[in-house]
Amino acid sequence: MTTNDILSYPHILAQLSAEMTSFTQGRVQIGEDTNLLGDLQLDSLQVMNLLLRVEDRFDLSIPVSILPDVRTVKDLALQIEILTRDG
Amino acid sequence: MGLFDKFQALAAARRELEVLGIDPFGVEIERMVSPTEGIIHGRRTILAGTNNYLGLTFNAECIAAAHRALDADGTGTTGSRMANGSYSGHRRLEKELATYYGMRDAIVFSTGYQANLGVLAGLTGQNDVVLLDADCHASIYDGCRLAGPEVIRFRHNNADDLAKRMRRLGARAADALIVVEGIYSMLGDRAPLAEIVDVKRQLGGYLLVDEAHSLGVLGERGQGLAEEQGVLADTDFIVGTFSKSLGGAGGFCVSNHAALDHLRYSSRPYIFTASPSPATIASTRQALRILADGHDLRARLRANFEHLHAGLTSMGYTLGASPSPVVAVVLGDKIEALQFWNGLLQRGVYVNLMLPPATPNGVSLIRCSVSAAHTPEQIDAVCAAFADFRASAGVVAA
Repeated sequence: MTTNDILSYPHILAQLSAEMTSFTQGRVQIGEDTNLLGDLQLDSLQVMNLLLRVEDRFDLSIPVSILPDVRTVKDLALQIEILTRDG
Repeated sequence: MGLFDKFQALAAARRELEVLGIDPFGVEIERMVSPTEGIIHGRRTILAGTNNYLGLTFNAECIAAAHRALDADGTGTTGSRMANGSYSGHRRLEKELATYYGMRDAIVFSTGYQANLGVLAGLTGQNDVVLLDADCHASIYDGCRLAGPEVIRFRHNNADDLAKRMRRLGARAADALIVVEGIYSMLGDRAPLAEIVDVKRQLGGYLLVDEAHSLGVLGERGQGLAEEQGVLADTDFIVGTFSKSLGGAGGFCVSNHAALDHLRYSSRPYIFTASPSPATIASTRQALRILADGHDLRARLRANFEHLHAGLTSMGYTLGASPSPVVAVVLGDKIEALQFWNGLLQRGVYVNLMLPPATPNGVSLIRCSVSAAHTPEQIDAVCAAFADFRASAGVVAA
């Protein structure tokens, strides 16, 4: 997958859910409203490591500066949609 | 949400430590005995957690230089260099640092933290891209936050991951700033600097190396990892601190780029802070001369950290990296690490405790920093304290 591919929101959400399920070893049911810090039971460093894997899956780089606006899976999916569209 | 509500989690963590009766983050060294010994809780304690790599804090020549400056120029500068003027020592130290590195110019900052803050905040802006090693120090992240560039992390010590992210930038890679550290403070591991320079040669960009923990330690002349790896000419900016190998307080940046001088007018952490005191500058200038010629100090430091690394390895401990002045023992559980740290202190050895999320990969660390001033007997005593605590606690090596 490259950033030139047009990705739909549902597709991004499905890919994100798969990555997060793998990262958390299936401990948490992933949905749009899942909170990255609270619900995934990850500390801030683990979230950053999860994001490195998400970046590889979508072949893009997520700027650290957008992270304060990302609380839920939906927030992250929307940011990835923007990054793939603008990338 | 009230003003103080944000502290609830912090307060709970503090209460947890109080219940355990362990306070690793509030240690008071009641009196210094030497560069490697102090009085803690009324007892003589080996200091193996001070970053005093060359042991220069009690060097007679440095102390004499500080005394002379104190008598001649007073206790403080009482203001910033831009608003209140530089002392001749500030500028002399900058010239000596530039000469030492064979670079065009240097800027001195009031602390090592402010050096990273000042360089990154002054050098970058909202339209720039900074690529950081994921394990970079907080001062590097904070400098970026102050300036607001696009910050992209790459996997720790992974030049291929850096290259992948550089390629994603396309034409923007040519002006991106890559930031790595010579020796990483938590585990004591080194950057693969030659590989990172190869990425820069292929894809462009500028390279900043923070040599805070490698200045005085690595390289024939102690210039750090860039010297050791033979890539000084490919390094655009070197940042360092006076508070470790140089035994003082303050920080610096050296560079061949003429634009470095513009930081004096664009970097808020440089402009809006008091300049280093005359005594600090004088002792640092003397320490820099000793450091540059300090082959014997580096040899003693190497012998000491190899001694400690071998001793702990032979006991079966998992260590964070190959031998370096930072010897980190990897432990899993936070409570185990707290008890371990306290057990060492009770046996007369002070080390650092590092807990998640400040540590890589969520591990807990007992972090030792070794000094050239440690005697072989002190290193033996540190090893003995590790062995004795493990024996008394019945702990199986990690």
